[in-house]
Amino acid sequence: MLSQDDRRLIAALHGGFPLTDRPFADMALQLGCGEDMLIDRLQRLLSHGDLTRFGPLFQIERAGGRFVLAAMAVPEERFNEVAEVLSGMPEVAHNYRRESAYGVAGEGSEPLNMWFVIAVARADEVADVVRRMEATTGLRVFEFPKEREFFVELRLPLLEDAHVSHG
Amino acid sequence: MSAMDDLDRRLIGATQAGLPLVPRPYEAIGASLGISGDLVRERLQSMLDRGLIRRIGAVPNHYRLGFTANGMSVWDVDDERVDDLGEAVGRLPFVSHCYRRPRHLPVWRFNLFAMLHGRSRDEVEVQARQVADVLGQACRAHDILYSTAILKKTGLRISES
Repeated sequence: MLSQDDRRLIAALHGGFPLTDRPFADMALQLGCGEDMLIDRLQRLLSHGDLTRFGPLFQIERAGGRFVLAAMAVPEERFNEVAEVLSGMPEVAHNYRRESAYGVAGEGSEPLNMWFVIAVARADEVADVVRRMEATTGLRVFEFPKEREFFVELRLPLLEDAHVSHG
Repeated sequence: MSAMDDLDRRLIGATQAGLPLVPRPYEAIGASLGISGDLVRERLQSMLDRGLIRRIGAVPNHYRLGFTANGMSVWDVDDERVDDLGEAVGRLPFVSHCYRRPRHLPVWRFNLFAMLHGRSRDEVEVQARQVADVLGQACRAHDILYSTAILKKTGLRISES
């Protein structure tokens, strides 16, 4: 688990990293530590996997790119094989095995158990990616494009408080 | 929608793995692209202003923070009311993403998706009950899909062409 100091650092670095000539030095000044120390700690948090990334977060849809959530119902005996196919496709950004808590989602058919995100630079590439996936696996790909995004107040409960929930 | 130009694409390519952890990161990016650090900073600011960049900062690993239960809650909500209710669900503090998405009948009846994160499934179940309270009679059924394995996790990849 992360130390309180690390949590504070991650919270302070959530956004607004300065676009200055020496941003780590400027940030370190605000945090009351040295530039070298800040860089070292970030290096360590990244190499330990406590941070998955440090840098700009792109909103690629503003630039004509597209993220689409999609899912497949993969028979158990083919699960690894199909996961391998998706892992080999650069357009697949995330892929999770998901299991239904109540079984409601699977009623009347095979449950959708493989959920992934297709990420492409141009919206018109999605159809081609889906076609290739279906041709390679012989399984139907269900697309779940966002029809509407509801505003969320994103707040990570980085500082210790057992009752704060994730945002 | 603002079009991305070549420099935007090159900057995305050069920073999608993250900022270089050196005292002058923008200078270093500029050097790799054959442009000045000033131009890199100017352009990143413009990408922030245009919404191409959401923020510049740290992306924590939820699992390491103790949020090991990650539930995609899905809800079958009256089409007439889903937009208003989706806004209300998005305001719940533990919801990290909330979207209206298409149904695929008869395989998939759910049209509202809300991501819930907790330290345990029990905590996620409590959150789901709060979502159910917000939706009330407008919700006909729901489920929670827990991720039980990460099969692939990579950041954004985008070709520069």
